[in-house]
Amino acid sequence: MFLKVAFLVLRKDFAIEVKSREILYTTLLFAVSCVLVFAFALVKEGEAPPDAAPAILWIAIMFAGTLALGRTFERERYGETLRALLLAPAPRPALYVGKLLGIVLLLSVAELVLVPLVAFFFLAPFFVKPLLMALLLVAGTVGFAAVGTLFAAMLMRVRTRDVLLPILLYPITVPVIIGGVRGTAALLASPPDEVTATMWLAILVAFDTVFVTLALWTFEVLMTE
Amino acid sequence: MSDDFDSVRLTDVSRHFGRRRALSRLSLSVRAGDVLGLLGPNGAGKSTLLGMLATLVAPNSGEILYGDRPARRWGPALRKRIGLLAHELHLYAELTARQNLTFFAELYGLDPRAVVDAALERAGLTERADDDVAGFSRGMRQRLALERALLHRPRLVLLDEPFTGLDDRSVGAVSDRLRQLAAQGGIVFLATHDLDLADGLVTRVALIRDGRLLSDETASTGLRARYRALVGN
Repeated sequence: MFLKVAFLVLRKDFAIEVKSREILYTTLLFAVSCVLVFAFALVKEGEAPPDAAPAILWIAIMFAGTLALGRTFERERYGETLRALLLAPAPRPALYVGKLLGIVLLLSVAELVLVPLVAFFFLAPFFVKPLLMALLLVAGTVGFAAVGTLFAAMLMRVRTRDVLLPILLYPITVPVIIGGVRGTAALLASPPDEVTATMWLAILVAFDTVFVTLALWTFEVLMTE
Repeated sequence: MSDDFDSVRLTDVSRHFGRRRALSRLSLSVRAGDVLGLLGPNGAGKSTLLGMLATLVAPNSGEILYGDRPARRWGPALRKRIGLLAHELHLYAELTARQNLTFFAELYGLDPRAVVDAALERAGLTERADDDVAGFSRGMRQRLALERALLHRPRLVLLDEPFTGLDDRSVGAVSDRLRQLAAQGGIVFLATHDLDLADGLVTRVALIRDGRLLSDETASTGLRARYRALVGN
């Protein structure tokens, strides 16, 4: 039942997004604009500053993710549909997992566009260790989305939610961003530093485990008014 | 232990939001077959009470028993027996009527093929089943939302202004539906400002003002006069 409900919520979000394409387009536009602004500012005569690529990639992911989180839950606010989901005869944490998977999928699509873009503009060798790079991106995205999904759901009925979400989210996800940036930087080094990247990946996985567990544990209590 | 109940009992239930008191030491007992009209002016606490009964709002003090068990000991099994039609309609505007009902049917563990077409027919929306809800009038949305709330044949039916936006024929159909639900052993809470519609439909009346229960009595005709006597205009 738990996984079925999570899947139903994910499929419903996907069906809405396929129709409206609102969140995907705005997230992509925002993320690509972010990379382009950095590229115009930092790349001089075809030379990119060393070590800038990982930071720019993760800043774009973080900002685009915040936008996607806000829009995803704004959709549930219209018509108070989150209350209908909470009323369903299912474990309430399953709703959290469904929303989390949706955000992770959306950000993964954004990353499919962002990674080649950053690699192109900043001449960064993102595809030398593709598997480890993909794992770092997934682990970082899950960590960011795990905290973000919980906070976005909690703040849904707060009038100043758009301001409060980044204020609450960014300080707590700093370890994820540091892990993502440092791990990515290690893989972009010449030669790639796999040991360091693997260490940061392990830290990210530990962070993901802690925050997904905490979110599952607290979701029901936090969502009851 | 059965996953069903035939009564709902509230004992000294209070709820405040910050410094605002929404409900104050409210006690009520409702049995299967009752259609309880929740009447009171705006801000009386009717919607908060429905939210509590739906397990979406927790009381600060007091207890709500479903049969002989509190909500925290039921979990999902209790929610399977509750249907809520709130003021906000709990529909996805971007999805079609059929997609909305199918989603909620699956969420309640029902086979959509067995319930969705019949629900669309009752809502009078068979012809518009594959249109997005965003293009529906308020009355059409209201009818669809009511069917969504009743899709899983709940024991406890919580309705907040169910007649909003409905034409005369739909009002009659919804009233008949509520009587039928009560006759089949449902427990119906009906929060409304429309005293003329409530008159003759409700079997009991609870009058609430400022979060306090002013009166809990068997319904009789002349509801408006009784309301004015207790609550004022």
